[in-house]
Amino acid sequence: MNALRRNVLKGATSAGAVAVAVAAGLLKPTQALAAYNKAAFEAKSMADAMNGLGVSSPADSKDITIKAPDIAENGAVVPVEVISNIAGTTSIAIFAEKNITPLVGNYALSGGAQAYISTRIKMGNTALVRAVVMAGGKNYTAAKEVKVTIGGCGG
Amino acid sequence: MAEPMKIRATMAGDVADIKVLMNHPMETGARKDAKTGQLVPALYIQDVTATINGAPVLTANFGTGISKNPYLGFKVKGAKAGDKVVVNWVDNTGDKNTAEAAVS
Repeated sequence: MNALRRNVLKGATSAGAVAVAVAAGLLKPTQALAAYNKAAFEAKSMADAMNGLGVSSPADSKDITIKAPDIAENGAVVPVEVISNIAGTTSIAIFAEKNITPLVGNYALSGGAQAYISTRIKMGNTALVRAVVMAGGKNYTAAKEVKVTIGGCGG
Repeated sequence: MAEPMKIRATMAGDVADIKVLMNHPMETGARKDAKTGQLVPALYIQDVTATINGAPVLTANFGTGISKNPYLGFKVKGAKAGDKVVVNWVDNTGDKNTAEAAVS
């Protein structure tokens, strides 16, 4: 058990190196999924989270659909579906902009996987749920506001 | 983990609709235990992979913002009834789980 903890901790520090390599353009963001991207997932601002994923200036796109409730009854479980109609979509990242750590999930698609992800997320406050899609090496984005009456982060 | 992952994979035309329900507390590390007042340590799934007949279709990273008992739905074109779907997850402590199901 101690050896496993040591390996997990070693892996945690090496993830920092991966994030630096991504920022330097040495590693493409989808390749960075091979090691957990701590920099992106622990980032406390949207800007830092996007930087951590190697995303800059994503173009607003009407070809990304976000299905989520206008008002979330329970902030602990907010159903979110992201559908990208942009040809060549290779990954979808989902953010809850006002969460303490806005990046919620990052999904890399391969084989016949369609540009569709359905999940349930926690939201602490009324905020935009944002999707960032990578397609053809470029980033696109769309967002939808979800009002939260009872925050779901358990704090 | 208490209960195994549930996977349901059904065909809709030539697309397999796959729904996975994982069993995991997804603790953010920011929640206080109601009885002890201590912070409950972060415990959350970080890596998820899905394959169909051994070929990867989805590789995902989760943060602490994914709800407890993570639900994940995705779709794969070109799958057929009988194909084997395998889903694996690993959490921040290195704990793992795997499940498989045939597309029906």
